Amino acid sequence: MKQLAVISGKGGTGKTTVVSCFAYLADNTVMADCDVDAPNLHLALDSEVKQEKEFSGAKVAFVDKEKCNLCGKCKEVCRFQAIGDLIINNLRYLGVTNLKCEGCGACVYICPTQAIELMEEVTGKTFNSHTPQGKFSHALLDIGAEGSGKLVTEVRKNALALKDEEELMIIDGSPGIGCSVIASITGCNGVLAICEPTQSGLHDLERVIELAQHFSIPVFLAVNKYDLNEEITKQIESFAVKNDIRILGRIPFDPLVVKALQNGKPLVSYDDSPAAMIIKDMWRKIKMIMKEEEK
Amino acid sequence: MIISVLSGKGGTGKTLISVNLAAVLDNVQYLDCDVEEPNGFIFLKPQLRGKEAVKVKNPIVDIEKCLACGQCVKACQFNSLALVKEKVIIFSKLCHSCGACLLVCPAQAITEIDREIGFVEEGTMGDLACYQGKLQVGEPMAIPIIKQLKTKINGQRNVILDCPPGSSCSVVNSIEGSDYCILVTEPTPFGFHDLQIAVSLVRKMGIPFGVIINKNQLGSNIILNYCQKEEIQILGAIPFSKEIARIYSEGKLLANHGHYWNRYFRDLAHQVGEVIGHETVSCN
Repeated sequence: MKQLAVISGKGGTGKTTVVSCFAYLADNTVMADCDVDAPNLHLALDSEVKQEKEFSGAKVAFVDKEKCNLCGKCKEVCRFQAIGDLIINNLRYLGVTNLKCEGCGACVYICPTQAIELMEEVTGKTFNSHTPQGKFSHALLDIGAEGSGKLVTEVRKNALALKDEEELMIIDGSPGIGCSVIASITGCNGVLAICEPTQSGLHDLERVIELAQHFSIPVFLAVNKYDLNEEITKQIESFAVKNDIRILGRIPFDPLVVKALQNGKPLVSYDDSPAAMIIKDMWRKIKMIMKEEEK
Repeated sequence: MIISVLSGKGGTGKTLISVNLAAVLDNVQYLDCDVEEPNGFIFLKPQLRGKEAVKVKNPIVDIEKCLACGQCVKACQFNSLALVKEKVIIFSKLCHSCGACLLVCPAQAITEIDREIGFVEEGTMGDLACYQGKLQVGEPMAIPIIKQLKTKINGQRNVILDCPPGSSCSVVNSIEGSDYCILVTEPTPFGFHDLQIAVSLVRKMGIPFGVIINKNQLGSNIILNYCQKEEIQILGAIPFSKEIARIYSEGKLLANHGHYWNRYFRDLAHQVGEVIGHETVSCN
């Protein structure tokens, strides 16, 4: 297994906690935080940014007021209502609302006076960082920006460049099943789904597993805080069994998870943490699976 | 009045706050805008009344008319068209339905067909109107579903928008046009980090907002201190409790569990109403 993505469907089930533990337990790994619009993995790792780059993941239309003859054809063809009238000093102009513009270029094509062009828009930043636990690729999407899927792809590309042939890449995914999750899991050799024992968690798990199986990626499962509702934990596990999903562990609710984070210490350094104990066992199983695959 | 509930970080309690507020308010519409993973209906259990497909427009090429000139391929900013062996191939999941390929085709060989990517569903629970959007598994784009869902908004009513996590375009599209935002967070370093992102977003969009601290624990003042420093109103705190976690896990409404929680959400709704000076926010 060369690339493992940790996802969940529902947010806040413990993806980042598990990934950060794996980072401390593994010898040869590269981490990639693909939750680019709410990244947290850097908070759980002792990381230092080595390289920072701007990322242009979208284009926006720009109207040159000098060339524009106010014919309004651009407004007609724009399907995103991104072009509208601007009144500046009692004069009417046509302007683009950047948050609405998808950068499709229909307006550029239709403009009879070549007054519109598409400009690259910076939509975020990527970071290559060093941590004592290994190399780490992450990013931050600009507030409200488009193209989170593209930025995820860039984070994975950067992680691949950092990664040696035999190393494993562990991807911390984002919640949901849309473009950023699809960009996080495509081409992965395995997906680890972290689920919490709630009706919502089960509903969201079903969708995210369907997504992984849609892309023919093998799925593993762990139930986090399983003891908050053991009845639903059983439902989740029987759903997993029915769908040929290997269960890697049941992580108990453990107040040390939050405490470790608040103290800036890795959870796995707490010998008395019941959650860490299970996560260590999950990591052992993943290593075994990787060895089996090599054979 | 439109109130959006968002958080940045997932799993902080957006749906918990949204559905319980919706349950105690009068004259309400609840819209679940987390169309990738909608959960609100699990709690509200509305009687379903109707369902409509969400369709996007995708190009199709008439091969009789196509000149294989490649203009459409060049024009497409999303790489959803390719010219392979003199034939245009369409990757419909990458298509943004912008229509640029239709415009540039010199032979009028491109037309559009509808493709279903999900649905919008509605139901009622008493006099509460509930709506949710659901993206089909494997489809990448949530925005068209959020947009169609939001056409259900009736400006005369109180509207609760349960938003997706994160801070990207799907959140922007959800909260756009809201009168007020409730930011739900938890007092952990992760919750705090993502709260700051959410605060930047609502400030950028110029929407008034307040914060609810969920899973609150005595002794961790990280959110409290930040909000005081930034002069952000704290609307309330919900204590960390295994009892609440269990009620939530079973898909039940906290507002239906005893007088205390019912009162709590009524007071919260009242406070939000006062903050934005809206008289129409009244509880049933």
